[in-house]
Amino acid sequence: MLQLVIGIVVLSAFAAVLALLLEVADAYLGFYGECHLSINNGEKELTVQGGGTLLAALIDQGIFIPSACGGRGSCGYCKLKVIQGGGALLPTETPYLEPDEIKDNVRLSCQIKVRNDLLLDIPPELFLIKEYTTKAVELRELTTDIQYVKLALNDPEGLAFKPGQYIQLQVPEYEVCDESIYRAYSIASAASKPHEVSLFITRVEEGIASTFVHDFFREGDEVTIVGPFGDFCLHESDREIFLIATGSGLAPIMSILYYIAEEQINRKTTLVYGARHRKDLFYIDELHELENRIAHFHFIPTLSRPEATEQWEGSHGRVTTVLDQMIQDGTGKEAYICGSPAMVENCIELLEHKGLPLELIFFDKFE
Amino acid sequence: MEQTALSVTVIFFAAVFTNNILLTNFLGMCSFLAISREVKSSLGLGLAVIFVMTSTSALNYIVYYYLLVPFELVHFRYIVFIIVIAAFVQLIEMIIDRVSPRLYVILGIFLPLITVNCAILGVCLFMIIRQYSLMQSVAYGAGGGIGWMLAILAMGGIRQKLKAAPIPRPLEGPGITLIIAGLMALAFMGFSGMIQIQ
Repeated sequence: MLQLVIGIVVLSAFAAVLALLLEVADAYLGFYGECHLSINNGEKELTVQGGGTLLAALIDQGIFIPSACGGRGSCGYCKLKVIQGGGALLPTETPYLEPDEIKDNVRLSCQIKVRNDLLLDIPPELFLIKEYTTKAVELRELTTDIQYVKLALNDPEGLAFKPGQYIQLQVPEYEVCDESIYRAYSIASAASKPHEVSLFITRVEEGIASTFVHDFFREGDEVTIVGPFGDFCLHESDREIFLIATGSGLAPIMSILYYIAEEQINRKTTLVYGARHRKDLFYIDELHELENRIAHFHFIPTLSRPEATEQWEGSHGRVTTVLDQMIQDGTGKEAYICGSPAMVENCIELLEHKGLPLELIFFDKFE
Repeated sequence: MEQTALSVTVIFFAAVFTNNILLTNFLGMCSFLAISREVKSSLGLGLAVIFVMTSTSALNYIVYYYLLVPFELVHFRYIVFIIVIAAFVQLIEMIIDRVSPRLYVILGIFLPLITVNCAILGVCLFMIIRQYSLMQSVAYGAGGGIGWMLAILAMGGIRQKLKAAPIPRPLEGPGITLIIAGLMALAFMGFSGMIQIQ
């Protein structure tokens, strides 16, 4: 009996000593004190607690570096330039970096630990990215598989974005998924209304975010968004504008159209908007109304497979068919394409063939 | 025992070649199969094994003869050895992370893997069974580690070449690796007459 007690006591004491040793070591070795982050040649100076990852430290300070995987080192979005203090390149980073980027000191901020003072270079537009708490004020079905979601922002300043940009919607833990994830959606509302954000969300079979929005999200519910991101925006020039969209790809195009209407931009503008059936087209009235508001705007809806029972007097065929008939010579035009990757690819091919230079074809693929 | 009389050098070389822990005792197989796709990562893991094997054989020797034996707790040696190995690896990881981020990059991702490497525990248990002295244990640990690294380096080299080789589909990956490991073990048997421990 005594033997047993001694055994238990000695072993427990031994394990406790080891645990204590590790705790002490962790407190002593894992402590880096306060570290100084100098961003863009001293434009921004931050003081953070060392020891954590650079990504976490920056997000803590309200600088939202894009990251889709949440710091696991599997998406490669959280790149930024660490000019000094980043230490050696890690094997976990190399798969995501091009040789040019490595030469330029580009690093994955989720893999680097803040151990000392760092000199960083962060694109200034990332400073505009913030987290917003929003409340769903309107939810309705646009088509059988596209949901309209209108979110109201509490933030007094609202979300300052450029028409065409997107936000990341934070999908909370819910029945289908036991971790919170982010998904990107383009903003469909006008940039002049920074306190509300509208999204078109297509149902994806077994999609975590779209299932949440379609089946579990209710009016009055709160949801967090982060943004704005992206560079799919209207470029200033006097070229003729071609807007091309299918499905929920209409979202950023709507935002751009509101901008054209509000700023009274006098460029010749055409929207080719395609769907399979009449029931898949939405926002038709809204678009016809915009036709009245914008001086040189022409709206062309087209159906690739109109059914005999549907009364349809608009165009027939895919967006590419319509574009092929409309555009003879690509000079003096620029195009903005948004929708499924296949549609975007086909349009780019056609437009290039028509003589539009690749640098004047802007696109956003919805995957 | 006559084994205790074996010289430290003999034990060291025996552990590297004739009694290679991987190819004669078949210990440490899982990381050997998983991390041997390239020479570079094999080298990292091999270095980490050498280091941990050498240090933990000394540590566990002390723990065994100065803690477990006096308190008559030798039957707990399996669990105690594992705890010592795990704690040591954790501690080393923290120290390396702090002192040399560069070395941490090379060894860092392999160290946690080693905690559950049975070759490490195997060395600690063999040194007890064979009643080695402290110096002999350390030599055995170091030799075992180097032998393990030689084996995984050879395997890494072979598998790197193998990428271009036409391998029957069902044998790709672990299948062909196990066959190669078997051939390597046969080759290492050629050393077996040279020195004898055990």
